[in-house]
Amino acid sequence: MTVLSLSKALNEGMRKAMEDDSKVLIMGEDVGKLGGVFRVTDGLQKDFGEDRVIDTPLAESGIIGTAIGLALRGYRPVCEIQFDGFVFPAADQIITQLAKMPMRSLGTIKLPVVIRIPCGGGIGAVEHHSESPEAYFTHTAGLRVVACSNPADAYTMIQQAISSDDPVLFFEPKRRYWEKADIDTTSTDWWTPLHAAKVVRSGADATLLAYGPMVKTCLEAATAAEDDGRSLEVIDLRSLNPLDEPVVMESARRTGRVVVVHEAPVNSGFGAELAARITEQCFYHLEAPVLRVGGFSTPYPPSKLEEHYLPDLDRVLDAVDRTFGY
Amino acid sequence: MTVDASRGAEGSPELVQLLTPEGERVEHPDYDIDLTPEDVRSLYRDLVLVRRIDLEAVALQRQGELGIWASLLGQEAAQIGSGRALTDVDMAFPTYREHGVAWCRDVDPVKLLGLFRGVNHGGWDPKEHNFHLYTIVIGSQTLHAVGYAMGIQRDDANAATIVYFGDGATSQGDVNESFIWASVFNAPIVFFCQNNQWAISEPLEKQTRIPLYRRASGFGFPGIRVDGNDVFACLAVTRKALEAARTGQGPTLIEAFTYRMGAHTTTDDPTRYRVASELEAWKLKDPIERVKAYLFKNELADQVFFDSVDGEADQLGADLRRRCLAMPDPEPLDIFDHVYSEPHALIDQERAQFAAYLEGFEK
Repeated sequence: MTVLSLSKALNEGMRKAMEDDSKVLIMGEDVGKLGGVFRVTDGLQKDFGEDRVIDTPLAESGIIGTAIGLALRGYRPVCEIQFDGFVFPAADQIITQLAKMPMRSLGTIKLPVVIRIPCGGGIGAVEHHSESPEAYFTHTAGLRVVACSNPADAYTMIQQAISSDDPVLFFEPKRRYWEKADIDTTSTDWWTPLHAAKVVRSGADATLLAYGPMVKTCLEAATAAEDDGRSLEVIDLRSLNPLDEPVVMESARRTGRVVVVHEAPVNSGFGAELAARITEQCFYHLEAPVLRVGGFSTPYPPSKLEEHYLPDLDRVLDAVDRTFGY
Repeated sequence: MTVDASRGAEGSPELVQLLTPEGERVEHPDYDIDLTPEDVRSLYRDLVLVRRIDLEAVALQRQGELGIWASLLGQEAAQIGSGRALTDVDMAFPTYREHGVAWCRDVDPVKLLGLFRGVNHGGWDPKEHNFHLYTIVIGSQTLHAVGYAMGIQRDDANAATIVYFGDGATSQGDVNESFIWASVFNAPIVFFCQNNQWAISEPLEKQTRIPLYRRASGFGFPGIRVDGNDVFACLAVTRKALEAARTGQGPTLIEAFTYRMGAHTTTDDPTRYRVASELEAWKLKDPIERVKAYLFKNELADQVFFDSVDGEADQLGADLRRRCLAMPDPEPLDIFDHVYSEPHALIDQERAQFAAYLEGFEK
């Protein structure tokens, strides 16, 4: 077992992938010499060289567009978008080109491109550095969208994403980069499939659905809820597209009460998709409507206000209280 | 403000030309080409055949068999000249108008029609032909091409990439980003800009105030303006640029100065924005007529040859029409194919649900 932070776990995962397959490349702004602004790619250029760990010009569309070209040539690029709010200049290349090209080619083209995006708030950053843009991409067919929440998943999921033949958007919870855990890097026996959800805490009375940074918040809320005599189940979705429906629906049917938690604005957020699917499939098992906890329908606020904007333990428990009010 | 983006056109020393509109062979100090009579006849044949493919496609659209068509009329020399400069291992990234380049890459013309008929989004295997799918969003493919060229570098392969785009595309961010990427990575790529003077209704001066080829210097690589209606010059200039790319000398921007003789697409009406005299002036520079004149004057081909090419073109057109009409419509469940390369639960679920729904009608 090795103790790794979430950022180091990603680093180790990429290192393994690069060792296993010489076609794996890292590319992005400051990913080489600096090792990335969060040091997630630290040391990789030193060990794998500038041809495989590429400091790119400062243009996000260029990063994804050239990654597509490299993938067409047989490479497996892992692109870093430095911050969530910087992904939008690459929107055409991701949504129009990367996501659709395999279908346009009638299956003759595969684009194994991973796009890593540090996401979410909570680190006191300036604007455009704390966003949660995942729903823009879950809405786009052709992309796979996953989010890790802890070091062990970071380590396994990044390797699984790199080995996928489809494009994967890989959301990293930036405020959890420094969380640490013991990880067994010698075996793959304990790995969970990339698109499988995990019940990270079993419970009987209500289900909390979360992914990325909010998983930890939900686990804390579930611990606190014990004091009120409520047993909350927490599911880490891990994959938003595809969604592991059986795990979600089984829990929803069993507890009858579901609260979805994400940092992104509630309005048209991924929670809306979850609420709709659960309602369609579990209608007669539900004791209450699926409730959603998330950011407000505002731009992300200045950092002095982010603690009010971001869902925290109390807002999650408030929603839990409300779900028991029905 | 002085707009001089068209400076350097006909008769200017800035324009590389090896064959005048009258069919006179001229010399250029930097670019020469050694063509056998058979080479010239073969170029002529390609020019005529792709014009015929294009004409048939326009007719098919007018008769409702294609939803839309983007005509290459007037740009045959730019496409055949550059397309014939490629080796088998070079890779080409087209826009949606490169039917002539597709011909040079041995893509069956009927496969070009699938996109425009609405039966698929691209019906050929890019790897089989080293000819990528048509790209409709303007300029996006330039970045793919540069990335591909970076892959060639990493493979240490003796190959180059060529990417096609138009004058309008030079305003796109992606095209400018691709120039930067190609420059700083010294990528083995040729940027082939067909300046056909019009971006739908917008003339060149809406995109630039300097000649497009000169933009290359700001990015740190050579730019050349070639007579885009001169197939000899397009072949010579592209060959040299590809060879420079293959030998580690980095990118080149070629501006093929040409003219879109037809509409932007079959949905367009150029009479709303350009004067007829402009088209008449460009007809005098027709890319096919000058090769025919050259062949005639130099007694490299006779009427029997020209008649046989025309006959072949008519056969090709008829064959294209027949096979277009015979193209099967896709099946409803094809919607779900190839969205992902690996199994995907939601796609599988929706396919099954839609199949069951369709079956309900059959009962």
